[in-house]
Amino acid sequence: MANAKTKRAIRHTFSDRVFLTVDFIILLLLLIIIAYPLLYIFFASFNAQVTKMGLSLIPEKWSLQGYNAIFEYKYIWSGYWNSIVYTIVGTIINLLVTICCAYPLSRKDFKGRGFVMVLCMITMYFNGGLIPTYLVVKDLGLLNSIWSIVLPGAMSTYNMIVMRTYFDTQIPAELLESAQLDGCGNINFLRSIVLPLSVPILAVVGLFYAVSHWNSYFNAMIYLTDRSQYPLQVILREILITNTLDPTETSTDIIAQQGMEERKNVMKYSLIIVASLPVLILYPFIQRYFVKGIMIGAIKG
Amino acid sequence: MKEKPKKKKGRSMLQSVQREVYKNWSLYLLVAIPVIYLIVFKYIPMYGVQIAFKRYQPVRGIEGSPWVGLEYFEQFITNHKFWSIIRNTLCISLYSLATFPLSIVLAILLNYIPFRRFQKTVQLISYAPHFISTVVMVSIILQFLDTRNGLINFLITAFGGEAINFMGRKEMFYHIYVWSGVWQGIGYASIIYIAALAGVSPELHEAAIMDGATIMKRVWHIDIPSILPTVMIMFIMQCGSVMSVGYEKVFLMQNDMNLQVSEVIDTYVYKQGLTSSMPKYSYSTAVGLFVSVINVILLVTVNGIAKKASGSSLW
Repeated sequence: MANAKTKRAIRHTFSDRVFLTVDFIILLLLLIIIAYPLLYIFFASFNAQVTKMGLSLIPEKWSLQGYNAIFEYKYIWSGYWNSIVYTIVGTIINLLVTICCAYPLSRKDFKGRGFVMVLCMITMYFNGGLIPTYLVVKDLGLLNSIWSIVLPGAMSTYNMIVMRTYFDTQIPAELLESAQLDGCGNINFLRSIVLPLSVPILAVVGLFYAVSHWNSYFNAMIYLTDRSQYPLQVILREILITNTLDPTETSTDIIAQQGMEERKNVMKYSLIIVASLPVLILYPFIQRYFVKGIMIGAIKG
Repeated sequence: MKEKPKKKKGRSMLQSVQREVYKNWSLYLLVAIPVIYLIVFKYIPMYGVQIAFKRYQPVRGIEGSPWVGLEYFEQFITNHKFWSIIRNTLCISLYSLATFPLSIVLAILLNYIPFRRFQKTVQLISYAPHFISTVVMVSIILQFLDTRNGLINFLITAFGGEAINFMGRKEMFYHIYVWSGVWQGIGYASIIYIAALAGVSPELHEAAIMDGATIMKRVWHIDIPSILPTVMIMFIMQCGSVMSVGYEKVFLMQNDMNLQVSEVIDTYVYKQGLTSSMPKYSYSTAVGLFVSVINVILLVTVNGIAKKASGSSLW
C-alpha cells in the first residue's frame, strides 16, 4: 500500500503536482461553499438569537422556540400529513403503472412493443401544456381531490425506460422459458420471479418518484383550493415566501416587534429543517441508489 | 421473429393477431394500464391544444367552440410584453446553459483526486442540495440575501460595505437564479460524467503516462474525447428546453421589483390562464404552444447539427 503510494508520488511530475494541489483546493472550497449554508441553516434553527449569529455556526444560546412556534400552527400538521399521504399513494401508483409499462416492453416476444414505446417517447418531447392538462383534470372532476395530485404524473417515461433497461439486462431469458415450460403465466412470472429479482431498481425508481412527490408544489397549487388539503410545500410557500402567515399582532412597541421578527426568522430556519427532515434522514441511504439509478439510465442514453 | 404475415389473406392475418393476443393476453392487459394513462393525461391534452386556435368557452367544450385561426398568436406577438418575456426567458436559459460545463469540470476534478475518503465526502455533500425542494431552496435564497438579517449582507457590512437589497435589484435577478441553481445542481449533474469517466479504458491512461503525458494532457486528449458523446447528449437535451426555464423556481423568486426581468413564458402562461378572474384559456394555450414549437425546432436543429458534427444524437 505505502509502496504503491510512493511509486505514484515519484511518477508525478511537477506540473501534475500543481494540478493536484489546485484540484484539491478547488474541491475543498466547493465543499465549504456547499456545506456551510446547510450547516448554517441547521444551527440557525436552534439559535435563540439568529440576527446576532453572524458567521459563527454554534449558537451562543440554544433554543427550540422556532420549533415551538411552527408546531403551534395547525396547517403545518395537516400539510405534513397530506404530504405523507400524497407521497405514499402517489409512489405506489407510480410504481404500479411503471411496472405495467416496463415489463411488457422488456419482453422481446411482445408484439406491441415498438408501438407502445413510441407512444411513451413522444410524451418526452411533446405535451399538451399547462392549460389543456388542467382542463382534462377539471373535466374529469378531479380538482380538489388527491387524484389530481397523484394521477396526472402517474408515470415518467424516463423512469420507465430505466426500469425496462434493468428488466431487459438483468432478468435472464432462460428463466422465462423454464417458467413457461412449467405452465407459469405472465403475471405470475412477473409477480413471483421478476419483481423479487428487481428490488434494487424498484427502490431506485420508487425513490425518484417519492422525492419528487415530497418536493413538488406546483400541481397542488393549481389543482387544490382547499387549505386543509394543501401539502407541506404549499404551506411552506405561504409562510416562507409570500409571508402570508403573520404571527405578529401589529404591535406599536418596537422592542416587541423586534422580538417578533427574531421569532419569525428562527421559525423560517426551523421550517426549512422540518420540511426537509424526511429527505435529510433518508439521504445517506438513498444517495447511492440515486447514483445507481442515473448510471442505469445512462446506459440507455 | 417468426413468420411475418406478408401478403397473406386478411383473415389469416386476423387469426395470427388473435393467436398472439390469446397467447400473451396478460401482457396486453398489463400494458393497457399505462396506455390508458398516457391517452387520458398526455394525448387528450395534446388534442386539447386546438383550443389555441379556438375561442374556448367552457360550456361549449372544445368541440363546440368557434375557430378563430391565429388570433391568439397575433395577440401574443403584438402584446407589449412579448419582447420582454422572450428576452427574459432567453437570458435565463442561455445564462444557465453557459454554466453547463461546470459539472463536467467537477467530474474531472473528482476523478483525479487521489484521496478516496475526501472524494467520497465531496460527492456526498455536493449531491445533497439536489434533494432540497424548490420552495425550500428559494426561501434559503431569500433568507441568506435578506437586507437586514441575511448572511451575505452580514459579510458585506462586516467588510465595511453597504447592505444590498438583492431581491429588490432587478439586475441581480439572473445572477441569483443561475448561481443558486449551480449551487444546487452541480454535484448531481456531475454524476453522469463521473460514470462516463469511470468507463474510460485505463490502458489509454497507462500508455499516456508511459509516454510522459501530464494530467492536463490526459484530460484534454483522453478524458474529454471519451466522454464527449455523453456530453453531447446532455447538451442537446438542455438545448431542447431553452424556452422552458425552471418556471417553478422563477415563479417563487418573483416580486414586484423584479417582475420586469423575471416574467418568463411559463409563468406568464400560468398567470394568464389560471390566476386571473377571467381565465384566458385559449390565449395562454396559444402562448404555451408557441413555445413548445420553438423548443421542438431547437431540439431537432441542435440534434441535427450534433449528428453531423460529432455523430452523437438523441435518435
